[in-house]
Amino acid sequence: ASNFVLRNPVDSYVQHTSDMSEHEVNTERVEVESRGVNHVEGGWPKDINPQEVEQTIRFRKKVEKDENYVNTIVHLGTLMEHCVKQNNAINIYEEYFGEEETAELEDEPPSAKTINVISKLTPFFDVLLSKRDPNVTKRTATHLSWHPDTCKKLAVAYSSLEFQQNMKDMSFDSYIWDLENPNKPALVLKPSSPLVTLEYNPKDSHVLVGGCYNGQMAYWDTRKGGLPVEVSTVEVSHRDPVYGAIWLQSKTGTECFSASTDGQVLWWDIRKLAEPTESLVLDITRKGLLENALGAVALEFEPTMPTKFMVGTEQGIVVACNRKAKTPPEKITSTYSGHIGPVYALVRNPFYPKVFLTVGDWTARIWSEEIKESSIMWTKCHLSYLTDGCWSTVRPSVFFTTRSDRTLDVWDFLFKQNGPSLSLKVCNEPLSSLRLQDNGCVVACGSKLGTVTLMEISSGLCTLQRNEKTLAAAMFERETKREKILEARHREMRLKERARSEGQESEVQERLVEDPQEVLDRARREFF
Amino acid sequence: AEVEETLKRIQAHKGVIATMVINAEGIPIRTTLDNSTTVQYAGLLRQLTMKARSTVRDIDPQNDLTFLRIRSKKHEIMIAPDKEYLLIVIQNPCE
Repeated sequence: ASNFVLRNPVDSYVQHTSDMSEHEVNTERVEVESRGVNHVEGGWPKDINPQEVEQTIRFRKKVEKDENYVNTIVHLGTLMEHCVKQNNAINIYEEYFGEEETAELEDEPPSAKTINVISKLTPFFDVLLSKRDPNVTKRTATHLSWHPDTCKKLAVAYSSLEFQQNMKDMSFDSYIWDLENPNKPALVLKPSSPLVTLEYNPKDSHVLVGGCYNGQMAYWDTRKGGLPVEVSTVEVSHRDPVYGAIWLQSKTGTECFSASTDGQVLWWDIRKLAEPTESLVLDITRKGLLENALGAVALEFEPTMPTKFMVGTEQGIVVACNRKAKTPPEKITSTYSGHIGPVYALVRNPFYPKVFLTVGDWTARIWSEEIKESSIMWTKCHLSYLTDGCWSTVRPSVFFTTRSDRTLDVWDFLFKQNGPSLSLKVCNEPLSSLRLQDNGCVVACGSKLGTVTLMEISSGLCTLQRNEKTLAAAMFERETKREKILEARHREMRLKERARSEGQESEVQERLVEDPQEVLDRARREFF
Repeated sequence: AEVEETLKRIQAHKGVIATMVINAEGIPIRTTLDNSTTVQYAGLLRQLTMKARSTVRDIDPQNDLTFLRIRSKKHEIMIAPDKEYLLIVIQNPCE
């Protein structure tokens, strides 16, 4: 007892609550299948064979002699006649008040709701792979393409765009999903290397072309299954992932072109993928040197202008090119620089093809083809990267952008210019790609971990308002004019500076010291 | 005889496309349509009538189903149920 010391006070706790325990319940997953039923004649008593006409007739006659039968039928008959006459007398479902004027102004705030989420949570084929490796690697949904006619199918290209990530168990497949069945892909495409981009042929809805991570091009026919019908040879393909692949408008409907970060734009005819039909090196110094070439990240082609196309590069410059130029250096018609980072998306406005949208670094910019110095309109810098963008197919002033902080922004610059009119958090991972369905109401977003979310936007954002086309055109005109004036002014000032500096070369050193103060004074004077 | 008369009268009304009489087991006794269609109608409408009747009885046990009308885009199906038989008339109500 001497080894112990008395402890005073002693801390002790008491709690008076009921004991609870946590338990999860989940119903078992049941596979449901639709089946049809065939009606066969039944209910006949055992001694009568329904195929035998005589027996059935005899049975019927017997029933008709029955006393009960007669009474019942007479009674039911009067009842029925009453209703039949009623029907003939008056049509109760007639349209009494003509088409009422539907509500004019949609004052509801713009909104969007998720209609479907396609994610490869437990695909069957990956179970085999996961036995070797516990985690199933998730890949980014890098490109989405809607089926051109029905819009019920969506082709999604999955690949891992992380630098030097080449995991052995990553599957190369890309899927075509049918919206009716979001649990299992309608078709699995098995290329030799993961697909970075995938496009349906707008003329033939069974054919798709895909650009691979290793630079090859492959094309599929959905009637023939999941393996590519033909793949381009490795030697003549790109040397870097193919970031853009678009079908061309041609009589045969088999031509497409592709661009990649190795600085080349190649034209292919899919009937002969052994070598490209034409090629172009994206060198803006116009010397055609591959070393100076810019890596292409986005590609744009407008079917109404079949010879011109535009390429967005990794260096932030948009290059407009003309395919039919006589000499290779002349193929590059003009460049537009303005982004600080790679141009991830480049889309023309479907209503005004001279105006196009570029998405890159932290802003989205709208350009007009005539003004090469700077964009005519731009959004403020966001806090996260913008990964993809596209115009609305029904409203000329609405466009969508996706950000890597998981939001989808809808911009309507006739309504609000300094911010998105609707900003939605789509899922828990950063968004990587975006595609609008042709009807303008449904948009599909692909995320970094491979989940594709389909959202339906409210009708206010996808119905053309009155005067919208004229207002949008007027706005573009205004901004273009403003930029033109600014450009002219800059040019004037530069000319003046040059003239002045040529005349006063000796005083250069003194001017250098005075310059900041003078510039400040001049600016102040000009401002007021 | 009376039965004949009643049925003929109903059939003669304006807009009536078909008439049939079905017994409790779903066997068509009298019909103006071809056999396969009749059998189809018999099977399906019988089940529907049973369901409708049980619904009415569930809500109020004293109640019973007297008549059932199904209006569709193309025509109207009218069913007069009884304990043992079913009288079905298909009419096209619009002019």
